[in-house]
Parts: sequence; structure tokens; C-alpha cells
Amino acid sequence: MARVPRRPGDRVFAGTATGAGILILVVLAGVAVFLVTEAWPAFTAPPAALPGGTGLAGYVAPLIFGTLVAAVIALVVATPLAVGIALFITHYAPRRLAAALGSVVDLLAAIPSVVYGFWGIAALAPSLVPAYRWAEKHLGVIPLFAGPASTTGRTMLTAGLVLAVMILPIISAITREVFSQVPALHREAALALGATRWETIRLTVLPYGRSGIIGGAMLGLGRALGETLAIAIVLSTSGGITLDLISSSNPSTIAANIALQFPESSGLAVNALIASGLVLFVLTLGVNALARRVVGRRADLSGAT
Amino acid sequence: MAPRIDVTDLDLYYGSFLAVQGVTLSIEPRSITALIGPSGCGKSTFLRALNRLHEVVPGARVEGKVVLEGSSGQVVDLYGSDVDPVDVRRRIGMVFQRPNPFPTMSVYDNVAAGLRLNGARMNRSALDDLVERSLRAANLWTEVKDRLDRPGGGLSGGQQQRLCIARAIAVEPEVLLMDEPCSALDPISTLAIEDLMTELKEHFTIVIVTHNMQQAARVSESTGFFNLAGPGRPGHLVEINPTGKIFSNPDNRATEDYVSGRFG
Ligand SMILES: Nc1ncnc2c1ncn2[C@@H]1O[C@H](COP(=O)(O)OP(=O)(O)OP(=O)(O)O)[C@@H](O)[C@H]1O
Ligand SMILES: [Mg+2]
Repeated sequence: MARVPRRPGDRVFAGTATGAGILILVVLAGVAVFLVTEAWPAFTAPPAALPGGTGLAGYVAPLIFGTLVAAVIALVVATPLAVGIALFITHYAPRRLAAALGSVVDLLAAIPSVVYGFWGIAALAPSLVPAYRWAEKHLGVIPLFAGPASTTGRTMLTAGLVLAVMILPIISAITREVFSQVPALHREAALALGATRWETIRLTVLPYGRSGIIGGAMLGLGRALGETLAIAIVLSTSGGITLDLISSSNPSTIAANIALQFPESSGLAVNALIASGLVLFVLTLGVNALARRVVGRRADLSGAT
Repeated sequence: MAPRIDVTDLDLYYGSFLAVQGVTLSIEPRSITALIGPSGCGKSTFLRALNRLHEVVPGARVEGKVVLEGSSGQVVDLYGSDVDPVDVRRRIGMVFQRPNPFPTMSVYDNVAAGLRLNGARMNRSALDDLVERSLRAANLWTEVKDRLDRPGGGLSGGQQQRLCIARAIAVEPEVLLMDEPCSALDPISTLAIEDLMTELKEHFTIVIVTHNMQQAARVSESTGFFNLAGPGRPGHLVEINPTGKIFSNPDNRATEDYVSGRFG
């Protein structure tokens, strides 16, 4: 059999694509190597020598907890909202309004996080204080609202809500994109059966857009896990692991803690911070891998033909 | 149950483009009406207007009147302001030119999809029966009975189309609109679908668009011929007559040329 001749264009393209792929891996590996070597002293140091004096696990655990709680609050609040917005824009709003609304939501993504931080501490936090008081009084039996309610409003819940607003545009932009690509054929199939508008969405848009919703949520989660400035500004951190979302003693998050502590740290404390950064790195990779598995599982049948 | 459909002076527009002009015809209950004509003359457009599916195309609109007349004499103005398109589509089902099962849904759920709409509850065994009956009617049962829980998107093109037919007849519409339902099917399945149509017309009113003259001649009682006066001009109904007459001595010269293959 004769060999198929390779065309120069193909070769150039294959070369650049492979090169770009390898470059990404090299950068990623470089970051990982840096983190591991710089964090290593913190792993081997005696517990008492580290900040807090309870060893590396004792130091990082509250930070991991804080990071996850803030991110989960953000995700739980933002995802349904973002899906609702995307649905409204793609399937309910008149076209003009949809376009305007779409660009407003996109604009939210362009606001720098320091602005969100200020908004959180100056506007959102104070306005939530009465709600926190109310929650402490009436819902106090639930550990989440055990109190004492913060008087400044700079609580874990506020921080989570600020994060929710920040990741909202990411999630809604991606879901919107997927929702708007639902093939007309699918919609017509549902409509011709006598489906109402909501039934049509349930039968076609949601199954088709499922992987988009998950992918968007995971991207949002990634951003929420790594967000630094807004949390550093908003969250009042003076405590350890607690389920209480409305008090002013909260664990910090990994990223915010690094930003706040790094300038004043030296020696082993820096190694401990970098070790926490390594944990964040692994956490984010894990989330991404999970998202990939979930999205990929039924991608072959998502109807994207 | 099966209504008669009276169309009076119907114009169909996509935005400012007049796609079909001045259609007046009657579709008899419990019969099969075939629509034939060259590509682009507006057969699909006309068919979709009959269950108000044109409304999902932005800018598409109709002028004129379509009236459903039930056997007990009640009359519904299809485009009346008090008529819900959802109700219209429940009564008037459709099978499309390209198979469009819900791809992630199982074969079973595809057929059951219409039955589960608007909060309808059926017990499992009744649903099982209906799904099986619909799949048998669409000549698909033997091929899928062992994989009812597999996604509908995993079937072959022809199987998907028969699945769509099963889905459409499962809800027992009064009228079934079929837009070239057999263009993706092998001759055996095509014959099965034709037999099915012949059975269904005992109860339903069927309108089928087809490019297959033999099919029109085989199954239909009446045949309507649509034509284009020229490129960019609107399509129009040339004539509608009993099928035998259309294929032997039609009123119009253009019809005769078309059905005998001397077109263009
Ligand atoms: N969604 C649409 N928007 C704008 N114009 C359309 C649309 N759908 C169809 N048309 C136009 O309307 C005319 C009629 O199209 P239609 O699909 O009804 O033809 P048809 O008779 O079904 O053709 P075929 O036999 O190829 O299926 C064509 O000129 C077509 O370009
Ligand atoms: Mg057509």
C-alpha cells in the first residue's frame, strides 16, 4: 500500500498543536515542582515550629474547610440562579431584552474582584445584619445559624454570597451558550407532542444543556475556590472550623490567607503558606477532573450531532 | 373524533417573504391526503401551519383561516385568539422530515414522553401496554423490545424515524401530519408505515407530504399538487382532487407534467 503523502499544512498544524499541548504540561509541571519543593520544609518541620503550633494539618485544615464552605455556598446560590437567567434569556425574554440582559450579565464578569470586595463590605454586609439577627433568633437551633450574629455582617455567608455574584456570569454565560444551541428539531419534537413551554424546556433544553450546566458550575467553582481579594476584604477571620455561617469568627480561605499573611511571614511560615497553596492546587485539579468525568460520561449522547 | 380541516385563502410568510399564497382546500376526516410538489414550493411550510408550529420560527406568520370541524359539529378557528397552540398540537400531531427522537431519553421514555405531558398520570402497566402497542404499530417493536432502556439517539436513522412515528401516535392525536416520513426508510419499513397509515385512517385524519408518487398513489384518497410559479415567487396550490384523477387525468397541465415526470 502506498503511503499517504503528508501535506506541509498538516505538518505545521500538527507541530504547533503538539507544541502548545506540551507547553501547557511543562508549565503545569513547573508550578507543581515549585510548590512541592517550597512546601517540603513545612511537611518535615516539627509541629511546634509552624504557625499555630499544631502542625501542618492543624494549620491547613481550617483553611481548606473555609475555602470549601465559601465555594459551596457560592455554587449552591449561583447555579440555580444562573440556569434561570440563561433559560430566561434564551427561551422566555423578548429578543431585545434578551440581548440587553445578556450583556449586563457578561459585564458582571468584567468587574474586578476588589470592587466586589468593597461592595461586599460596604453595602452587602451591613444590609444583611438584620437578617442575621433574625436568623439567630428564629433559626438558632440549626447549627448553621447558631450565632452569635455578626454585628458587621462580615460572615461566611456574606463571603459566599459575594462569591456567588462573582461566579454567576461565568455559569450563566456557559449555560446560555449551550441552551441557545439546542437543535430546533428537538424543540419542535416536544412542541408537536403538545408540550407547553416549560415541558419543552424539560424535555429538550435541560437534557441537552446538562453538560453545559455542570461544566459552567465547575468553572465557577474553580474561580470561587481561588478567589482571593474579595474574601480577604469581606471575611472576618478569627476562628477555626465551625458550621456557623453568621458569626464573625470564621476560618479564612486558603487564597485569602496567603494574600493576607504572606507579606508578614518569613522562614517556615512561608513554607506553610506555600504548602496550603499546594493543597489548593490539588483541590482545584481534583474539581476539574471530577467535572470532566461528569461531563464526559454522557457527552456521546448529549444530542450534539 | 377525527375532524375535517377547512383551509381558506391561506398565505404564509417568513418575515416579508411570502412563501405560500392563497391556499384553499378541505381535508376530509378519516382519510389520507397527500401533498406533492417540487422542492421549495412550501409543502412543509403549509403543513406546519396546520398545527401552528410555524409560530416557533421567528417572523413566520399566516394570513387566512383554518377551521377544524369535529364530527359532532363543533368548530374551532385554529388561529383564533382564544385558542391555545398547545391544545392544537395535542390534537394535531406531527412526524418530521428528519428523525428527531429525544436523544438522551430511552426508547421507552421517547414513546411515553407525550403521554406524560401536562401532568398526566398513567399506571405503569397501562403505559407499558401503550408503549408496546405504539411500537408495534410503527413496526419497531421486534427490533427494540430488548433495549427499551437504551437511548433513542442510539438507533439507526430509519429506526429513529419509526420511533418518532410511535411517539406521535402514542398520544392518539386526531390529525397526524407527516412530512416525508419515509424519506429515511428502507422499502420494507416504508410499506409498514403505509400499512400503518391505512390502519390509522380508520380513526385519524392524515396529511402526508411525499416526493414519492407511487406512495401518494398507493395510500391517499386525495392528492394536492403545490407548485412554484418561478424562483422567488410564492408557492401555491395548483389543484387538489381524488388521487385517481390526479394520476390519470388531472385538471391542470402542470400537474400532469409533474406526476408523469415531465417536470421543468
Ligand atoms: N425557517 C425559514 N425561514 C425562511 N424561509 C424559509 C424557512 N423555511 C422555509 N423557507 C422558505 O419557504 C419556502 C418553502 O419551503 P418549504 O420548506 O416549505 O418547502 P418544501 O415544499 O417543504 O420543500 P422540500 O420538498 O424540499 O421539503 C422556500 O423558499 C424556503 O426557502
Ligand atoms: Mg419540506
